[in-house]
Amino acid sequence: MNSVVTKAPHEHDDSTTKLGFWIYLMTDCVLFATLFATYAVLRGNTYGGPGGSELFDMPFVLAETLILLTSSFTSGLAMLAVHQKNVRQIVVWLAATFALGAAFLGLELSEFAKLAGEGHSWQASAFLSAFFTLVGTHGLHITAGLVWLSVMLWQLRRKGLTAHTSRQLGLFSMFWHFLDVVWIFIFTIVYLMGVA
Amino acid sequence: MDLLEFIFGRLSFDALPKEMITIGGALTMVFGALFVAAVITYLKRWKWLWKNWLTSLDAKRIGVMYIVVAVIMLLRGGGDALLIRAQQATSVGDSTGVLTSDTFQQIFSAHGTIMIFFVAMGLMFGLINLVLPLMLGKRDVAFPFLNSVSFWLFTGGMVMINLSLMLGEFSAAGWLAYPPLSELEYSPGVGVDYWIWALQIAGLGSLFSGINFLVTILKDRAPGMTLMKMPIFAWSVLVTTILIIFAFPILTATLGMLSLDRLMGMHFFTSDFGGNPMMYINLIWAWGHPEVYILILPAFGIFSEVVATFSRKRLFGYKTMVAALFAIMFLSFVVWLHHFFTMGGGANVNAFFGITTMIIAIPTGVKVFNWLFTMYGGRIDFKSPMTWFLGFIVTFTIGGMTGVLMAVPAIDFQVHNSLFLVAHFHNVIIGGVVFGYFAGLTYWFPKIFGFKLNETIGKYASYCWMTGFMVAFMPLYALGFMGATRRLDHYDDIGGWQVLFIVAGMGVMIIMLGIALQLLQLGVSVWQRKKNIDTTGDPWNGRTLEWSVPSPAPFYNFAVTPVVHDRDPFWTAKQAIAKGKIVEKPTYQDIHLPKNSSIGMFIAAFAFMIGFGLVWYMWWLAILGLLGVVTCIILRTTSEDTEYTVTAAELEKLDMANKNKERFA
Amino acid sequence: MTLQASLKNYTIGFVLSVILTLLAYGAVVNHWSTGWVLIALIISLAIVQLVIQLVFFLHLGNETKPRWNLLTFLFMMMVLLIIVIGSLWIMNNLNYNMMMSPEEMDTYMMQQSNKGF
Repeated sequence: MNSVVTKAPHEHDDSTTKLGFWIYLMTDCVLFATLFATYAVLRGNTYGGPGGSELFDMPFVLAETLILLTSSFTSGLAMLAVHQKNVRQIVVWLAATFALGAAFLGLELSEFAKLAGEGHSWQASAFLSAFFTLVGTHGLHITAGLVWLSVMLWQLRRKGLTAHTSRQLGLFSMFWHFLDVVWIFIFTIVYLMGVA
Repeated sequence: MDLLEFIFGRLSFDALPKEMITIGGALTMVFGALFVAAVITYLKRWKWLWKNWLTSLDAKRIGVMYIVVAVIMLLRGGGDALLIRAQQATSVGDSTGVLTSDTFQQIFSAHGTIMIFFVAMGLMFGLINLVLPLMLGKRDVAFPFLNSVSFWLFTGGMVMINLSLMLGEFSAAGWLAYPPLSELEYSPGVGVDYWIWALQIAGLGSLFSGINFLVTILKDRAPGMTLMKMPIFAWSVLVTTILIIFAFPILTATLGMLSLDRLMGMHFFTSDFGGNPMMYINLIWAWGHPEVYILILPAFGIFSEVVATFSRKRLFGYKTMVAALFAIMFLSFVVWLHHFFTMGGGANVNAFFGITTMIIAIPTGVKVFNWLFTMYGGRIDFKSPMTWFLGFIVTFTIGGMTGVLMAVPAIDFQVHNSLFLVAHFHNVIIGGVVFGYFAGLTYWFPKIFGFKLNETIGKYASYCWMTGFMVAFMPLYALGFMGATRRLDHYDDIGGWQVLFIVAGMGVMIIMLGIALQLLQLGVSVWQRKKNIDTTGDPWNGRTLEWSVPSPAPFYNFAVTPVVHDRDPFWTAKQAIAKGKIVEKPTYQDIHLPKNSSIGMFIAAFAFMIGFGLVWYMWWLAILGLLGVVTCIILRTTSEDTEYTVTAAELEKLDMANKNKERFA
Repeated sequence: MTLQASLKNYTIGFVLSVILTLLAYGAVVNHWSTGWVLIALIISLAIVQLVIQLVFFLHLGNETKPRWNLLTFLFMMMVLLIIVIGSLWIMNNLNYNMMMSPEEMDTYMMQQSNKGF
């Protein structure tokens, strides 16, 4: 057994960490798949109450969708700035991503509050339980993303753009893009198919 | 809501156990824990424990801790088994046996949950941690910190299950908690909630381990070790991790939905408001079937290593073994409905899944034949891992056959949820999973601890397990065939039945004797460790890389990362040296290893707080737990000082010392 | 499919995604079609947008060999389809065989509940 040159400490970390995180995202997809399957099976079970076509406010949902999509775009622009090592730009685009993400969340929470206030809460029927859980789980992921983003912004201010911070921003943007990908299907299967 | 209700939720002194059996169990655990703590205090080993074990990120240490927890849970699960047998052997006709109905329900629910999630999964992750990095020529897994988190989450789940014995009650809804029984209406107490959160916490640990080991195998092999040169055990772990990462999220989502029903009044699986309990059963088995393959495939991998080593022959059919693993993996995602043929899916659905279930037996058969062909023409060395293998071949094959029998829906209609089913799955789990992991423990013990286990006692233990298994479960096949339903705490006095239950009870006692012998084996082996010392690091004349390092394996595994050129690289190297090849003096380099960390433990402790808070409706505690978890994650992910260096000079010194030890032993 | 992360590629991805979103929205809200055709249309638009975002935002397929990201993604899609389509097929058959449709079951349960059960 001959000796071998060992790699520098973090050299293999980057692609290994990225793969690990990507695989975690794949597991999150399966989690959402389960919730989607449940929604698909239970969406007719309204217990005599209203279904999607009666409850969903489509222009509102379109606005949410475009906002989230734009935030996915701005997170991509933030990554470009990371490659260029331009901290100013990074902060600008990350802040934009945060603002758009927060706006999305705010709109979603107001949608939930309105429905619950009108008596169409998650306790009213299996359909509504499935709706609130699927969309709400996505919303929880968005919330976690916003917390992560805040920590990243704080780290950038504290330490600047280190190799470590760069890597983590890469993971964050993967996460954020993934959330928008999931939303494509919530938009299509829950909302569009709900009113079609 | 008054202050006390806010602080304590639904927790009150009422939660303390009231039945003798439960009190007995709780006291045993408490005194056991206190005894262990007393011993550690007396030996002044708290700091040592903290520094060398609890905060270690060394996969070998984490592996040993997994196994310790799993063995403790084996004792509890085994105790449950004894009680189940005792009840069913005595509660016939007019007698009501030794347990109340409610306690019996909780005991069989705990038995299944503990054995699957904490014994089998624990032994599995333990062995993989011990062996995989060594086998791949590496120093640790891809994400050592995540590894620690996984172990502590696993332990958190274990604590939760054990706590249910002392505070409150456990689930009485079986190891899978079918609704509507597991819904609030029929199980309003804390039992099902304990079950849910213990599994959510432990399940997250399992998922992270799956990701960890998969990335380790894909990215972190010794140079020259292509996938097709990996040992078959590594392939079995690869396939298992793929199953884990795609199956466990289903469990998380499904348990999540059940907990939403129970905590937030939702209606996924309730029997009213549009809920559909059948969807739970569909989803839980979409996880549950891959889960049983997750348990068995590493055991198959272990046998591939053991049979090759003790037949002193290359494993027969490496490529078909890999292909068979992948075939099993794919198929295990399309058979799950065979667990509920009787739920009423109809002929089309039942036929499809019946056929896929029958097909999955084929690649398993290929593996069995390949092991036998490996033995054929080899020079068998009958060490105790081989006796476990022989027990496996007979026992598991019978169990597999009864499985294929039940794959036919029309037959399953007769034996579903009977003791025939119970006999089948114990047959494959004990014969396959348990025997496999015991073989692995015996086989790799010297690598981790530096001395072999006592062979004679080990063999007798295996004979007890094999005999005990037959005596305990063959009667159950007969009973199931005659119509005995599972999970009943009382049977009518039907001719010939009680005698079979009594025989089954004897069988469990023989198994208990086997366990006692294994504990004795451990004690005797530690006592006699100097006699059984492993001086060369290669006590079995092994074939793979883990045997090329000294025993016990040094904390850095390999002083110099090996370069691999073929399968069974250590065997090849030994042959070359025997033919006169000179081993060059190695060139040492600085290496980087992960520093210890207690954060994994804290994350699990906070996760436990979340679970405990949700079980007892102490919402403030759950929120505190969540904040704790998030804080720990932020602390860890923002810290950059996580590794330490062992210089080339230090490494050379340590390596030379190990080599001298071998020469002068 | 080797697409580097660049302003041009992110912008293309973004614009295409917006267009696909608006198309799907328009199709439904303006009733460009009905029934299965409409469903097929919006699902196709969603899948196209999925691929666009995977390629332009997540750079899938842009790795050096071995392409573990792509492989695990394809695997995940297989499992996802098995779970979703499998569950729909199974549950549909179960509901059918249990005689009442979810709607009928709903109505029945409500009737029973009104009767005081």
